[in-house]
Amino acid sequence: MPTIPISKAQSEYDVIIVGSGAGGGQMAYTLTLAGIKCLMLEAGRSYDVANETPMFQTGKDAPLGGTSTPDKNFGFFDATVDGGWQVPDEPYTQASDKAEEQFMWWRARMMGGRTNHWGRISLRNGPYDFKPYSRDGLGFDWPISYDDLEPYYTKVEKLIGVYGTNEGMENTPNSPAGVLQPPPAGRVGDLMIQKHGKKLGVPVIPIHRAVLTRPQDGAKLAPELHPDNPKAQKIVEQSMSSRAACFWATECGRGCSIRANYQSTTVHLPPALATGNLDIIPNAHVREVIVGKDGKAKGVLFIDRTTGKEERVKGKAVVLAASSGETVRILLNSASGDGIANSSGLVGKYIMDTVGSDMSGQLPALENLPAHNDDGAGGSHFYSPWWLYKEQKAGKLDFARGYHVEISGTRAMPKGNSPVPTQFLQGLYGTKLKEAARRYYGSFVHLACRGEMIPNEGSFAELDPEVKDKWGIPVMKWHWKWSDHELNMAAHAQKTFSGIFEAAGGKGLFDPNRDPRKTILKGGQVIHEVGGALMGADAKKSVCNEWNQTWDIKNLLLCDGSPFASNSDKNPTETIMALAWRAADRLIEEARKGNL
Amino acid sequence: MNSQDQENRLPRRRVLQWFAAVAAAEGIALPAALAQATKPAATGYGQDPVMAKTYERGEVWPLTLTDPEKKATVALADIIFPKDDLGPAASEVRVADFIDEWVSAPYPQQKGDHGVIIPGLKKLDEECQARFQKNFAGLSEGQKKAVCDELAKGDHFFHVFIGLAAGAYYSDPRCWKTLGYVGNVPSGGAFTGPPQEVLDQLGLKQTVGGN
Repeated sequence: MPTIPISKAQSEYDVIIVGSGAGGGQMAYTLTLAGIKCLMLEAGRSYDVANETPMFQTGKDAPLGGTSTPDKNFGFFDATVDGGWQVPDEPYTQASDKAEEQFMWWRARMMGGRTNHWGRISLRNGPYDFKPYSRDGLGFDWPISYDDLEPYYTKVEKLIGVYGTNEGMENTPNSPAGVLQPPPAGRVGDLMIQKHGKKLGVPVIPIHRAVLTRPQDGAKLAPELHPDNPKAQKIVEQSMSSRAACFWATECGRGCSIRANYQSTTVHLPPALATGNLDIIPNAHVREVIVGKDGKAKGVLFIDRTTGKEERVKGKAVVLAASSGETVRILLNSASGDGIANSSGLVGKYIMDTVGSDMSGQLPALENLPAHNDDGAGGSHFYSPWWLYKEQKAGKLDFARGYHVEISGTRAMPKGNSPVPTQFLQGLYGTKLKEAARRYYGSFVHLACRGEMIPNEGSFAELDPEVKDKWGIPVMKWHWKWSDHELNMAAHAQKTFSGIFEAAGGKGLFDPNRDPRKTILKGGQVIHEVGGALMGADAKKSVCNEWNQTWDIKNLLLCDGSPFASNSDKNPTETIMALAWRAADRLIEEARKGNL
Repeated sequence: MNSQDQENRLPRRRVLQWFAAVAAAEGIALPAALAQATKPAATGYGQDPVMAKTYERGEVWPLTLTDPEKKATVALADIIFPKDDLGPAASEVRVADFIDEWVSAPYPQQKGDHGVIIPGLKKLDEECQARFQKNFAGLSEGQKKAVCDELAKGDHFFHVFIGLAAGAYYSDPRCWKTLGYVGNVPSGGAFTGPPQEVLDQLGLKQTVGGN
């Protein structure tokens, strides 16, 4: 990825963008194609997808067979560079010493951020998801509706390429005809859960993921995305035509050197760079947004990690897209630690993650299946969208919001760990052991609850008054609390999963009646941290307006998950991109009026 | 015994106990053994290792199994995964080198397994000496199986060893076939899902047409 050192930076840019992931990437893409000069600051190093991605590497090639370690939390081949639950020199702290009140903060200090390794699940929020308070009196409404964001979901899906189907289900929006790419066929685990879930009324349909199942038609899509902009059309068409369709091997989490899936580094940044309107400085650890006496953002102060020196860059507008936690940190550390954009006092409040509660089951029907290639699209093919809206509305459930179920099979490449849980191999050795491994391999299915957390007063982040990072910058201190809504959801999921496994003639590997405090994943563990600078219709009760602009500083935009007013069960990335594109269009309009 | 890397994986209190034991057993002067314990710890591969390459076992941190431990590991792995119609022997795919790398690694899970495997190997040889006057590796096939039959009744070390050996064995592409993994190959066109015979066996219908 071409980058510049600080010495080559221009004296002023139109827009400074902090962060190179889904939000920063989308802002850079949309703004630079419209002719706006941008400087992107990335805290991590640059990253070359074509040469660094371990496509086809096997467990034989990697230390410990590629299994996960404290250095590589998702395994050796996970695309994340310089990231994880803990990052050297950059601590964070917990307000409570109780495990259930702690937050796990994932960071990826690399070009493209978390988009290099994410699950590629690309679901639209539905109409209910923008007005949750109006529906059940809990949490907050967004200042926008589904209809406001719909055109941007469509643009994003056309740009990044998303497979899936339109099923017309409640609060699970269809995409316009012709936008989605065809989904891959169901795998054994998908089809088993689909068939047997039906007995419990659990619908299973193709999921939506940002993976190309056929080459992108750039000649058609580029003019649709960028009407009246021939230069943008040419650049985007070229970028799309250089992406290949999925060849059904290697997990998406490794990244994709043939650019079949979406990563900011393969889809957003190359066309943005091709405009000539984007400079990127890596290893730029942002400390503060610089605010002038007129109350406007003037630029950004950062530490150059390669020299340890403080540097300043100027812009007519500043975009923070550093991840919810990091964006909150920058806001609170600005104005020499007094904080900015915080007249509401709400910066850092209402941070949300996704409710996770998983269960594996063993299905005897899948034992000793004929060997067949189950790799597929390198991630999920099918899922269950939330199916109990009516029961919930009728007050039949003891939690207020929904979850979806992600399905994964287990005919995956063995990497370092036993491909069969060792309790299934107990007491065996020799040929009998090999026969048992063959019998049980692939007979497990994993179901994951991914549900909506309602924002609460006990889940927030603030600056730690004492602890600082290597560069002397105060770090985040996390507070976490699940409400009964989340815990009851986790309990419901465990029972549902156990029921599905039994309907399929199998058995869950764990007791479904365990205390949900034990089965719920920790705060932050699903890595869907959103909120902390909520958007709203009232400047006194929110940090941002509907255009991602902070109420207090209009030329300061927050374009990651931080403005989310709720965190529906739908994975946040596509919504982050849609909001960023919408905010960028508004910024372009203002620039054309001379208001930048 | 090779003692110089043990301190990397054990709490200091246990290191001192262990060195005291070794010193006593081998007649080494205690201060010399303690001096060894102050060597810097091995480190992991960090958060930015080169991913797109092939690593040799021992390339990232030193392998630490002693010669007798290695011999016992090779022999035990070959009884657990013998050469047969289903696939190669563990030694053909270097399972013992993998286990050596595993128990030598500076990470908590692997240090925990080290605490099971090393004493387990020692005890294995001690018991074989008591029973057959030979280390495990020197036993006949029948004697090895007799020992494993006992261990298979519920020995914790044996259970952990099988888990590591299975992780090692099936990580090698030469052992994928016996397991039934046939992926990691690129193919063009649509992904069409499981073959018809698999669907028929399970009474399933493919619900997504080829794309």
